[in-house]
Amino acid sequence: MTGSVDIGNVTLTYRGAGGGVLALKDTRLNVRRGEFAAVVGPSGCGKSSLMKLVTGLVSPDSGEIVIFGDKVRGPVKIAGMAFQNPNLLPWRKVINNVLLPLEIVEPHRRKFRREKAHYREQAEALLKTVGLEGFSERFPWELSGGMQQRVSLCRALIHQPTLLMLDEPFAALDAFTREELWCVLRDLWQKLGFTVILVTHDLREATFLADNIHVMSARPGHIVLTKRIDLPRPRDLDICFEPHFTDIVHELRAKIAEVRKA
Amino acid sequence: MTAHASLGVAMNITLERFSPWLFTIGMFVLWELVCRIFNIDTFVLPAPVQIFQAIGQYALPLAKNSFVTLWTTLAGFALAVAFGIVLGIIVGWSRTIYRGLYPVMIGFNSIPKVAVVPILIIWFGIGVVPAVLTAFLISFFPIVVNVATGLATMEPELEDVLRALGARKLDIMLKVGIPRTQPYLFGSLKIAITLAFVGAVMSETIGANSGLGHLMVQAGSNFQMPLVFACLMALAVEGIVMYAVFAYVEAYFTGWAFRSSMSAAA
Repeated sequence: MTGSVDIGNVTLTYRGAGGGVLALKDTRLNVRRGEFAAVVGPSGCGKSSLMKLVTGLVSPDSGEIVIFGDKVRGPVKIAGMAFQNPNLLPWRKVINNVLLPLEIVEPHRRKFRREKAHYREQAEALLKTVGLEGFSERFPWELSGGMQQRVSLCRALIHQPTLLMLDEPFAALDAFTREELWCVLRDLWQKLGFTVILVTHDLREATFLADNIHVMSARPGHIVLTKRIDLPRPRDLDICFEPHFTDIVHELRAKIAEVRKA
Repeated sequence: MTAHASLGVAMNITLERFSPWLFTIGMFVLWELVCRIFNIDTFVLPAPVQIFQAIGQYALPLAKNSFVTLWTTLAGFALAVAFGIVLGIIVGWSRTIYRGLYPVMIGFNSIPKVAVVPILIIWFGIGVVPAVLTAFLISFFPIVVNVATGLATMEPELEDVLRALGARKLDIMLKVGIPRTQPYLFGSLKIAITLAFVGAVMSETIGANSGLGHLMVQAGSNFQMPLVFACLMALAVEGIVMYAVFAYVEAYFTGWAFRSSMSAAA
């Protein structure tokens, strides 16, 4: 089980009423299996397009995307997704929100009714890992923003995806909650060993969590710098105050300032 | 001081609870007084006492005709709900259908339904059928618009999450779209029931053998103004009851929508 997520020379144009918008141009990106990759860049650089491409929601004009040896031709099904907005269904209890993907994705979909008790156990265990033990019978509106985002992470992971795609998942949270969730994500990743592609604006977040940070240029987006983060693991929040950490963040910041001007 | 204050608060709460009744009774008292003080002719404006007398005197025909109006309204409304939900889902399903059908629906909705009643009478004859159909035609529009809006305002990111898992459009509709339209649907029902009622009565006044509208027209042509007003009173009561029923149904079925703001990040 080796291989990687391989985005090779991908170009993507959005066709709108006012002509096409070139979102990505000759983008190359490689993420090894089990790696934690972060993509940072100025706003509107096509980071979200990258998400849609990798999950097979849109197909590129040219180039190809290969995930662990399989070329992406449509919705990939092996990926979990979470966004800035937790997007929970307000009429479903937490547990049923987490179970939603299993009602959709094969092969779970077929045996969902029969093995519901088993799936519930899995969901409860996952909720426990993110610190939400005992909240499964609550409704989303009874939870704080940070707790809702934890549920959203569980929903993204319940079908045991090999790839987790995150689009600024912590951007709407306050600073303390955000750092708390960094650790939640770090622990989940270390425990379950999936591959992560995290799209973010937050350089500290990227540096703290990722193995490699890819800096994207302004539109049309492509990767201008890939920075390997050599901070030792397991990483603790205190690492954010070490000089080496700060140096990395400064370097990335300078690079983004540069591409914003260009 | 505090005892006074809390007593005042308690008084306010009691006052608030009974204020609908107080205002209603106050309105009738004022009406009665105006009629007596200015000595207004019964033929122009009957006083409440005369109207209540008429209600007592014509209790049976009022009840019978109220019942006819009630069931024609409900029949038309039921048709509107069934048709409205189906059409709403079709319209909300895709942007193309939405854009294509919207002008047609706006045009249809702009036609005053009173202009359609004579056509319905020519087609179906004088009776309850035109009343049912008018109630239906006048009330389905808000249901369609609300159901379609509920579907069209689905969060695109949530759709992405499900589509990436291989969900088909039907899955997304069943799991997310249709449950999420519930508050929109139930909200539209209390508007639709009031409209259906207006439609049924309107049709009865133009051509029918029964119903409150029909009774009113008959009473009017016999110059029985208290009975005309008794009919109006019956209509008002029926309208309030039906509205209240559907307001309750809405609160009962979609409690979650009142507590969550639909969008997340609460």
